[in-house]
Formats: sequence, C-alpha cells, structure tokens
Amino acid sequence: MFEPSSIIVGLEIGTSKVCAVVGDYGADGALNIVGLGQARSRGVRKGEIADSTLAEEDVRHAIAEAEQMADIEIRSVFLGVTGGHVRGFNNRGVHPIVSTDREISEDDVQDVIKNAKIINLPAQNHVLHAIRQHFLVDERDGISNPVGMFGSKVEVDMHVVHGALHRLQTAIRAVKSLQIEVDDIVFTGLASSLALLTNEQKELGSLVIDLGGGTTEYVVYSKGIIKHTGVLAVGGDHVSNDLAYGLKVPLSRAEQLKLEHGSAVVDESVKGQTIPIPNDVGLPQKSINIEHLRRIMAARLEEIFQIIGQDLDQAGALDYLRAGVFLCGGGTRIPQIAKLAEQVFDMPVSVGKTNSISGLKSALDQPEFATAIGLAKFGSFQQRKRTVKASLAGGIKNTFGQLFKRG
Amino acid sequence: MTNPDPKLPPEPVIDSRPLASGEVVVPAPSPRAASIKAIGVGGAGVNIIEQMICRGLGGAGFAAVNTDNQSLAASSAAEKIFLESKLLRGMGSGGDPERGRQLAEENLPKLKAMCAGVDVVIIVAGLGGGAGTGISPVLARVAKETGSLVLGFVLTPFECEGGRRLRLAQHGLSELKAAADGVVCLPNQRIFKLIDENTSVLDTFKITNEFLCEGIRGFWRLLTHQGLMNIHFNDLCGVVRDQHAESAIAAVEGRGAGRAREVAEKLLVHPMLDGGQMLGEAAAVLVSVIGGPELAMAEINRVMEQISRHAERAQILMGAVIDESFRDRMVVTVIATRKDGAPSKLESRQGGGESMPADAFSPGAARQGSRFNPRPAGDSARTRKGPAKMRQTQLALEMVSKGRFDNSEPNIHKGEDLDIPTYVRRGMALN
Repeated sequence: MFEPSSIIVGLEIGTSKVCAVVGDYGADGALNIVGLGQARSRGVRKGEIADSTLAEEDVRHAIAEAEQMADIEIRSVFLGVTGGHVRGFNNRGVHPIVSTDREISEDDVQDVIKNAKIINLPAQNHVLHAIRQHFLVDERDGISNPVGMFGSKVEVDMHVVHGALHRLQTAIRAVKSLQIEVDDIVFTGLASSLALLTNEQKELGSLVIDLGGGTTEYVVYSKGIIKHTGVLAVGGDHVSNDLAYGLKVPLSRAEQLKLEHGSAVVDESVKGQTIPIPNDVGLPQKSINIEHLRRIMAARLEEIFQIIGQDLDQAGALDYLRAGVFLCGGGTRIPQIAKLAEQVFDMPVSVGKTNSISGLKSALDQPEFATAIGLAKFGSFQQRKRTVKASLAGGIKNTFGQLFKRG
Repeated sequence: MTNPDPKLPPEPVIDSRPLASGEVVVPAPSPRAASIKAIGVGGAGVNIIEQMICRGLGGAGFAAVNTDNQSLAASSAAEKIFLESKLLRGMGSGGDPERGRQLAEENLPKLKAMCAGVDVVIIVAGLGGGAGTGISPVLARVAKETGSLVLGFVLTPFECEGGRRLRLAQHGLSELKAAADGVVCLPNQRIFKLIDENTSVLDTFKITNEFLCEGIRGFWRLLTHQGLMNIHFNDLCGVVRDQHAESAIAAVEGRGAGRAREVAEKLLVHPMLDGGQMLGEAAAVLVSVIGGPELAMAEINRVMEQISRHAERAQILMGAVIDESFRDRMVVTVIATRKDGAPSKLESRQGGGESMPADAFSPGAARQGSRFNPRPAGDSARTRKGPAKMRQTQLALEMVSKGRFDNSEPNIHKGEDLDIPTYVRRGMALN
C-alpha cells in the first residue's frame, strides 16, 4: 500500500503496555499516523525487560495488531528505551579558530561538535543521544549557527543521554528475535517531548513529565533546546504496590481500586468514606477507607514530583520553564494529577496533547500513546535527515552496528 | 521496691467501688455535693496547686505534701504536710523515690487524716523526682483505704532530664496506676511543640502546669457543677484507668454566636493534640463542655461531631455543665488518652473491657471479673520487670515488603529506597 521507505514505526516496550505506532511519512514532510497496536505488557519491570520470553510475545501481539490496522508489513522500528540507568548531562566542546582571518567555517563547526562528543564514560555505557545545544563564540552565548562569524574560539554545548549498554541490548534483542530491524534506539522521554511540544513551547521553556507504569521520564526544553533529561524508576506500578501494601489487598485489587477511586489530591469530602469491596467466598467482608487510599496515592505522586523538582532545582532548570509543565503517560489518567503538580511546581500544568501530527484522532488524544507517537516522529526526523544527508544516516547505522558488535 | 504493698489494697477497694460511688455521684437534678480535695505532692505538685489556688477553683480543698520545707513554706494551701527526713534535715528526699516512699509510710496516719471524709482525692505530682514519685502511690493507697476515689494528674519529665529520671517516672507511674482509680499523665516533652526557642525555663514550666490545671479544672467542673449531661465518676475513672501511656490536654474557648464552630476549629489545630492527630490515635477521649445558660444542644452536637469524626476508635465520654458566669462563653476541655505501645495493648484492652461491664452490669459480675482476671498478676509482673525490660531495646528492623519489586534492582534516591511505599517512609499514620 505504501512505499516501504515512507513507513515509520515507533515501538515502546513499556511496563504496563507494549505499543506500536505506524506513521506514514509523506512527501510534504508531515507525519500521518495510520496504525496503532498495543498489548498488555507482562515481562517488564521499571521500564526494563525482566522476562524476555513474555516481552517478545507481547511485542509480537502489538506489532501484529499495528500491521493489521495499517495494512502493511513492519520490517523495522524505532525502539524506545528507558530505565533507571539512563542519565543525561551537559558536555562542552572547545575548538580554537586557527585560520588567519578568524572566520568560522563549516569545518570548524564539525570539529567542535566532534570535540563535544568526546565524553569520558565508563566502557559499559552507551551514548543514546548527543543533542546539540547552543554555540558560544568567544564566550558569547546563544548562537545557533556560528558559520560566517568571526572569533578566536568556538564552543558548543551538548546534551548527552547515556545508559548501560547491556541493558539497552536486552530490549534490542527482544525485537531482533522477531526478525524486526531496529532503526535506532531513542530515549522515551525525548520521544514524548517531541510528540507533545510545539516549537513555541520549546522556545519558551517547558517541562515534560511522562508518568509511565514503571518509570517517570522528564525532559526540560528552553530556548528551543534540551536543557535537562532524567529518569526516575518510579511509576504507576509503585502506586498500585503502595496501595496493595497499605490497604492489605492483592495487587490486582489495588490496581482496580486505583483506577476506580484514585485521586492525586485528598479532598475533605472523602474523609471517613469507605467502600465495600467484594470478597471471596468464606472471607469476611472488607471495606476500604477512601481517605487512606488517596493519602497513600497522593504521598507517592507528590514524592515523584518533588524528586523531579529537586533535580531540576539542582540543575538550575526550574527558572526557565515559562510555558509550564506538560504531563503525559498513563499516570495522567489519575484525577487531579495536574492540580497536584501545580501545587508542587507552582506553575501552570496541563495534560499534553500530541501536536502537529495528523491521523487517527482516537490514538492522538490518549496521553498514553505520546511516547510511541513521539518515536515515530523522531523516526520521521531521522528519515528527513537521511534523505538530505545520506552520509549522516550511514553514520547512524554504523554506530548502531558497533553497538551490536561490542555486545 | 515492695510491689505487693501498693498492689494488694486497691483490689478490694475497686470491688467496693459501686458502694462508694453511690455516695459520690449525685443524680442530675440535684447539685453535686461531693467534696473534693486536690493534693499537690512534691515540688512540682505543690507548685501546680499554688497556681490553681491563684486562679481560684471554687468548692475544693487544697493540700500540699512535700519533703522539702522551703517549698511548703511558700505554698498557700490550706493544709500542709511536711514529711520530715532526719537524714537530710528537711532538705527533701534527695531524688530517691524509695526514701520518699519510706517517709510516706512513716507518716501514714497524717496522710490518712488528710484524706478522711473526702469523696474525691486528686493527686497532682511531677514524676521523676523523689517526693512526687515515691509519695504519690502511697498517698493514693491511703486515700483509697479511707474510702475516697483517687484520680492522679501527673507530669513526666522532659527527655533532656535524663534516662534515670524517665525510668523512675515510668516506674512511679505504673505504681500510681495500680493504686489509683485513674491517672492522667501529661508528658512534659509534648510542651516542646508549644514553646519557641526563646521561651524561658520558668515560662515553660508555667505552661506545663497551666495545662495540667486546665485538665483538672475540666474534670472539676464536671464533678462540681450542675450538669446537663452528667458523667458518672466511675465512667470517668474507667476512661483514664489502665490505658494511659500518655495524655494530651487541650482547653479551648469560644465566644459569641459562632462559638461552637470556633471551638471545634481551635481544637483541631491545637498543638497539644498534634493538629487533631492525637484524637485519631487516642483510645479514650474525655470531653467537658461548659457554657452559659444559653448553651444550645446543637452547639454541643457540633463540637462532638468534630471530635468523634476524628477519634473514630476512641471511647468518647462527654459531659456538659452550665455555669451562669460563662454568659456567651463556651469552654471545651479535651483529655485524649493514648494507649501504650503494642506490648501493653492486650492489657489495656482487658482493663478497658473490665471497666465497662463493671459499670454496666451487676457489681457481682465485676467482682468476679476482677478476682479471676489475670491482669493484676500481669500488672505486678510488669511493675517488677518494668525498668529491666525497658533497657532492652528492640532494633528497628521492621521489614517492609517491596511487593512486586522484591526481586528488582533497588531504587535508591538519597539513601531512601523508593520501592518502599512513600507513606511508610514518611511515617504517615493510617488509622
């Protein structure tokens, strides 16, 4: 139906669900979502595969569903990766301008970028992304393209996202075993932010928080570039687990209670209210205090936001968020989650909408699919670059090949 | 210490309580005729009594008992008993409860004479020293022997006063509990929530004394004033008997039309009640409402509704009295009593369970219960072993299951394992 090369698939192997999004990358450069497949995830804990057999099975289901819906055969995917081991930091590269007229040339820019990519990392760590921030020419900040400028020294800031190599390979292996190629691996937090934010919001400064099942990713944009990224291996699973522990109910029941009666804020109105829960035959009737349920939930969610807030405060990124906070992921389903985030961050908070992508309306409206859609969007950017610059695409394939040889 | 001595006498007295109570508590319509005497024991007790005398509490006799002549000389109590120690030449008991106890035993007739003919004896003391800790249990026993009902209002020391004083206080407290009908214990340590950095020592003690005074006054009014809703004195003692790890006393006042709401709001933010948290943890809550002649039922209801909503698990006892002089004022005194930790739970439950039927059913049943109840034996065993046991602390190795994250990589953030529920790590109480 479609040209194979114009199809881009984003695959997210999440803790609560596996999700595959099929995008059609048209001639005009716009991404159109034509298919979506999802399956309940069973083999993933805290964003990382814990049982590869189960995970492979779930991926197969999700891919099959997406293939059926889009009426295509999926050969390669952009794979989202996350986990507590993924970290981001900023690195700076320096390059002196040696030419006599001190004009900065294209080669100088390439050199300084190369320098910035030299990062002192332990051997078992793999760089997921090295994203260019701004150039500095003789300490002058905020230059997006220094070619043609004059100066004695050019510097560039890079935001580097890296993770443990072996853990990243586990996810790739699971996809490869299904005879599906992996085009590239992408940090899921980055993917979500791509799906949610408009250029204007990136320019103003925004924080994207992806409240997933097993992990919470956060990305800060300011002046159009990525300032800060981070992962917290705490998510909706923890909320359920806390409830199971605190209310002394099985995990499945806790999950159900969370969905039916959960809220991120403890209201005065629920004080003293209880709900009876259906019991197994022979067991005494039990009832759950809604206030306790909400207090347990609120404590956990508030803590997640607080830890993120502290991290951003340390990184000095809190002051740049003029567009506010955008939430996505399954955690956004919790009632009043935005209100809680507003209390913690003290800035406008909204549930993010996937922007600038056309296609299946039902898929785009769900906050859970932001990551998978973002993966497809990331893929479409790569594709565009690849068509423009074949050499760069080859480079990506190469680093990727190395990733496998090293393992 | 000789445990059987303070232990044995109370039993028959408890059994005969229904008899005594007939004389003490007068049915609602007629004014109460019970004679009450507040006895301050030891330095702290005498000081508190002094403060109460200054603030004026009608209808009660005051007495002071001490081993320190100077403290007694400064007191304006009507009756003073000086327990003279030849060894220390009237300089007190030297911080030794055993000496205080011996002095009291030597002067039994004096103490007996003081308690004779009094219906309710309120013993006020600061525990942890020599006089208060040693004399109070003896005095309680003597008072019971003369047929009075005995209620203890005691302070326990600040933690900074050292482990020895705390241990002595605990020991004295358990002896007093065994001898008296009921004990309300206010730990001084709680006061720290009410004072700021600059509060002087003098003021701090004044505040603790003030709280104890308020508590006593709350009790007092219930016993002496014309009651809208009377509290049976036995009920009163039942509430504070046997289950007191510590108590919190809060007295708040409201005025004018919105007084009930004002009182309820003030209560829930009262620092002594930990902003209402203490109510949730309380095993027993005693509420005394005092207002002018216009005190409306709806107002009492409003206050009680708030309290009972917060103190879901507590046994709540309330009384309301009318005092002409209050006009549009309304004063609510709350005494919330928390049970001891886990080990004594069984004991206190037994105690509570026993005290209720004792009032509700025939005296015979109560007697049977108390005679065959293993509690006294357990109590005396605890009294004897108390200090020794207290020294053997338990390591805080509470195992919190991580549930589904048991086998996954731990999630350590700034030394905290994030897989453990947040509310557990933050110590939030669910009740």
